[in-house]
Parts: sequence; structure tokens; C-alpha cells
Amino acid sequence: MIYLQLFIEFFKTGLFAVGGGLATVPFLVTMAETTGWFTQAELTNMIAISESTPGPLGVNMATYVGFETAGPLGAVIASMGLIAPSIIVILIVAAFLQRFRSSKYVQYVFYGLRPASTGLVAAACWSVISISMLTFLPMGDSLLSIVLNWKLLLLAVILYFCTNHAKLKKLHPVVWIALSAVAGILFQL
Amino acid sequence: MNIYLDLFLTFARVGVCTFGGGYAMLPILQREVVEKKGWATDEELTDYYAIGQCTPGIIAVNTATFIGQKKAGIPGGLMTTLGVVFPSIVIITVIAAFLQNFADHPYVIHAFNGIRSCVCVLILNAVLKLRKSSVIDTFSSAVFVSVFLISALFGVSPAILVVTCGVLGLALKLMSERKEGQA
Repeated sequence: MIYLQLFIEFFKTGLFAVGGGLATVPFLVTMAETTGWFTQAELTNMIAISESTPGPLGVNMATYVGFETAGPLGAVIASMGLIAPSIIVILIVAAFLQRFRSSKYVQYVFYGLRPASTGLVAAACWSVISISMLTFLPMGDSLLSIVLNWKLLLLAVILYFCTNHAKLKKLHPVVWIALSAVAGILFQL
Repeated sequence: MNIYLDLFLTFARVGVCTFGGGYAMLPILQREVVEKKGWATDEELTDYYAIGQCTPGIIAVNTATFIGQKKAGIPGGLMTTLGVVFPSIVIITVIAAFLQNFADHPYVIHAFNGIRSCVCVLILNAVLKLRKSSVIDTFSSAVFVSVFLISALFGVSPAILVVTCGVLGLALKLMSERKEGQA
């Protein structure tokens, strides 16, 4: 039964992929090999589409694979399979947290967790910057030359000042996203 | 509005506005959930992200479930999670059905280069905001800088870093507590 199989495969992915959406990619590579539902080339296309559409990456990919394999119902079932482990685990953790939130030991743990969490987001920010604005080209044997995409950097600098401007701060982030998309098309970024 | 419907619609909006995974969702959550709805604080968001990174599943879904559960129990957790994935399911199904070459279109490529640039800035702003509530003394500054460097340079698994720092925080606080007790 293809639907059950889809659910189980994506449930496994959701259960074992720890971290962001890209953590699901290695699981999808294995899935392509073991089930034959899609090829590696199709997977590359799916990743490209998932990255250029809104929504969490992992869910986008599950939906895509599910649809390609078993139509619209497959899309829904694959996504549900992917998110089911998250829901179960987080509901348990959240209930636990609610109960012990005021405990000083939990507070102590969070004292260390919070700056770590912020550091991780900062690192993620750095990786998005390096992926989108820097190109690493091999030069000679081991030397690397780093090419900076100055147009994208310029756009980022402008956006930084606009989003922190006292009056413009109030605008919803999606306004900036939409404007950047327009800028991207107009200036062929 | 019915709270469950409100949770679903708010997170559907978060899902539509998120380009590029769980981290890109952070600035949108700050706006929609912290500032507009008051369902969580910046500190709580940081906590959810920390936990979301060492529990199974994708961060976006983990964080959504957390906020929903806090606001309206288990049904709340289900509503936010379904809300955040709903736009993805619709959009991707439409693209998979009709627009196979969507990602190769030059307009899409240019638009997304622009969007990526914007997402960098939005995440940067989010980090600067979170830093105010999470980096408060010497220890937390040291943790912030070390985690950033270790993760950015060596790509060590976030789960390992989060657990280590949690243990460090606990140990340090207990030690200073004991010192105070002796004094």
C-alpha cells in the first residue's frame, strides 16, 4: 500500500533528521535508492523548487516526493508522516517544560542554552550569507579565491539600513522580501 | 476569533512568509507571534529554537508545535503545526502538477537571489534582537561567540553544542550557588 509506505518512510525521516530542513536531504538520497520512487536528478530538481518556494524546506520536499509518487493525497500523507514525530516529541517535551519551568535547575540549563541557541542562529545566518554572496573558486592547487557578489551585498546593506530605520521598522518582513524579489528581477541579480 | 482558527491562520501566514527553512522563520515569528499576538516572548522563542535543534524533526515544525501547545494545549499544538505546513502543501502540489520547470525560470532565479539577500538581513536583525535577551553577562557572551565560531567553522552538530552549553550553564550556576552557600 503506497500511502502507508509513504507515511512510514517520511515518519522515519522526521524521526531521525535532527536539525533544519536540509538535514532531510541525506535521508531522501537513501529513499531514492531503496524505493525507486524518484531519481537523484529528480531529487536535485525537488530541492531547487523547495528552496525557491515559501515554507519549511523539509515539508516542501516531502510534499513534492509524495505528489510525484502518489498524487495529491500522497503529498498530504508524506508531509503528515514527516511532521508526526515532531508533534509527538515536542508535545511531550512541552508538557514536561510547563511542569518544571519554574524549577531553578531548568532555569540554570536555559541560562546556558539561550546564548548557544542565539549563536547557532548567527552561524546559520553566516552560512546563508556565504552561500548567497560568496563564491569560492579553486585557484592553482590548493588556493581558493573568494569572489564577492557585490550586487547582492549592496542590496543587503541597503536593506539593513532600511529595516533598522526608525519609521520603516514597523513594516512587515514580507514587504522587504517582496521588494527584494522585485529588485532581483529588475537588476538581474 | 476562535483561538484555534487564529492559531491556524497566524501560522499559515508565517508559513507563507518563510523563505528558506526554520531559521528564516525566526524574524517572521518575532513579528507575528511575539509583537503582534503576544503568544510568546523573545526568550521563549530562543528556548524553543534551542530545544527544536536537538529534538527530531524540522525546526519550523518543532517551534510551531511548542507555541501552539503553550497557547492552547495539545489541540493548539496541532493547529499551529497544520497551519505552518498548509501553504507548503498547497503551493508545492500546484508547482509539482503544473510548473515542473519553475525553478529554472530566469525571473524566479533573479527574484530568489534578491530574496536570499533579504533573508540574510532579516535573520541578522533577528539575531541582534535575540542577543539582547540571551547574551547578558561574561559567560553567555563566551557561549555565544564560541558556539557561533564552532558551528560556522567546523559544522559541529547543533544538538551536541546545545546539550553541552545546557550542562555548562547548569554546572556554573550550581557552583556559584555553592560558593555563596559557603560564604
